[in-house]
Amino acid sequence: MNEQTMRKSRWQTGMFLLIIIVLSYLSSAITAFNFVQGLATIPKALGWIFSNLMVTQESLEKLPKILEKLAETIFMSIAATTLAAVVSLFLGVMGSKTTKVNNFLSVFARFIASVSRNIPVVAWSLVLLISFGQNSVTGFLALFVGTVGFLTRAFIESIDEASQSSVEALTATGATYFQIVSKAVIPQALPQMISWVLFMVETNIRNATLVGILTGTGIGYTFDMYYKMLNYNAVALVTLCIVITVIVVDLISNHIRKVIL
Amino acid sequence: MEAAYIKRKADGRIHIKSGSKGDQAVRWTIITLAVLTVVAFLFFNYAGLELGPAIKETAYNVKVMFLEPALNHFDLGEAIYQVGVTLGLAFLATIIGAIIAFFLALMAAANLAPVWVSRTVRVFVAIIRAVPTVLWVLIFAIAAGLGSEAAVLGMLFHSIAYLVKAFSEAFEEVDKGIFEALQSTGANWWHIIRSGVLPSTFTYLLSWVFLRFEINFGVAVAMGAAAGAGGIGFELFMASGFYFDLREVGFITYAILIIAVLLEVLSTRLKKRYLPAASN
Repeated sequence: MNEQTMRKSRWQTGMFLLIIIVLSYLSSAITAFNFVQGLATIPKALGWIFSNLMVTQESLEKLPKILEKLAETIFMSIAATTLAAVVSLFLGVMGSKTTKVNNFLSVFARFIASVSRNIPVVAWSLVLLISFGQNSVTGFLALFVGTVGFLTRAFIESIDEASQSSVEALTATGATYFQIVSKAVIPQALPQMISWVLFMVETNIRNATLVGILTGTGIGYTFDMYYKMLNYNAVALVTLCIVITVIVVDLISNHIRKVIL
Repeated sequence: MEAAYIKRKADGRIHIKSGSKGDQAVRWTIITLAVLTVVAFLFFNYAGLELGPAIKETAYNVKVMFLEPALNHFDLGEAIYQVGVTLGLAFLATIIGAIIAFFLALMAAANLAPVWVSRTVRVFVAIIRAVPTVLWVLIFAIAAGLGSEAAVLGMLFHSIAYLVKAFSEAFEEVDKGIFEALQSTGANWWHIIRSGVLPSTFTYLLSWVFLRFEINFGVAVAMGAAAGAGGIGFELFMASGFYFDLREVGFITYAILIIAVLLEVLSTRLKKRYLPAASN
């Protein structure tokens, strides 16, 4: 590395940092974010969390009610993920380069995936809430749509990655399209797909909280209710329940992943 | 001998499928998920649901949303400004998160820190990750008041957790030879980080940060709607929850969609260039 390249790379680093600083300044200006105030709130917030977010005897009485809503949320997430996985499997097989039926269907599958992934889950839940009302189905559908988008993209990638050579081998034996897909592509990509599905179950349990706050279903609604009633002990209990659930699901899916991959 | 590697059924036929532990785990996972899904539908609360009219109405609503978008309660300039606010929130949370995550990742990487430090950081990160972002924002909103501070701080947690995982994995892949070479010249820990680890992972780290920025944009929209953090998400919430103005919802959705697709295209390009191996 001679002096000139060194000087050039130093100049590039400088420019890069300058751009980042300018963008940060613009962002904090447009959002009225105050760095100093932001830093100052951290100890204050942590102090508040430790003094107010405590599970007390009184809030424990609400536990059965909370657990019931928590179960609803977990079931909602699992059902949304599983059904989305079935739909995504079809879209994924159609969308992947190695197994596509024709170009039109491939582009169509990718288009559906992209649209349903990039329209925020917030928009879906708000639109569905208008006509489906305040019940589990609304939350289920909102999660379902977003999950289809994400899983289709993931499945397309897993299928593309897994199948090249075995597809060629089966084509050489004269296997039909359905035989190739069911005997070569899916068995090969399946462990990877299951891994994505498990990841999505965990993500959806967390997303279900957000969707629940917006659509008034499941544990998100419970949280929102206690939050607005300023019953912070119950809020703490709800948060604790969610944390435990997510960690348990995470541990289970990590274990399964270790066995199958 | 034969029995050791050829498994036969009771009637003497040979098992064609290998039936390894992995296959069984896959099968049981699928069965469990399927059963839980069926149970879920029996368990759901169907209060006030009329499926037929609801589907018809939603189809009509979606049609109005996407085919007749319009702005009624604010103008285009305001819409662009609100998108800017959301982008700003996402950017701040990403940048501050990246800086903090960098130092935490140094502590979490197994080849740079003692085992007990890296394990502690990892457990800490796992707990942070388990609390949904919206709860972090709402909890901070009580302490800091509704506003950008609460939103950025709340979004910070998941950004840090995500980036610590990505960064520490990148650090762990740094060639051992680099450490040895630098150590033999008498470099201390910080020298090794600055001239060994950072240069060889920098582009990698950068694309992870951009990937997180893309995610944070979506999160910022959601926080605006669910936690009153402002920006285009809040307008979306107002348009649908207060004004019931589907045309405006459509317009805002298009605005979000355009930004999201732009970010996705950019990040796929970055990913292809700098992250050939990373699949998730």
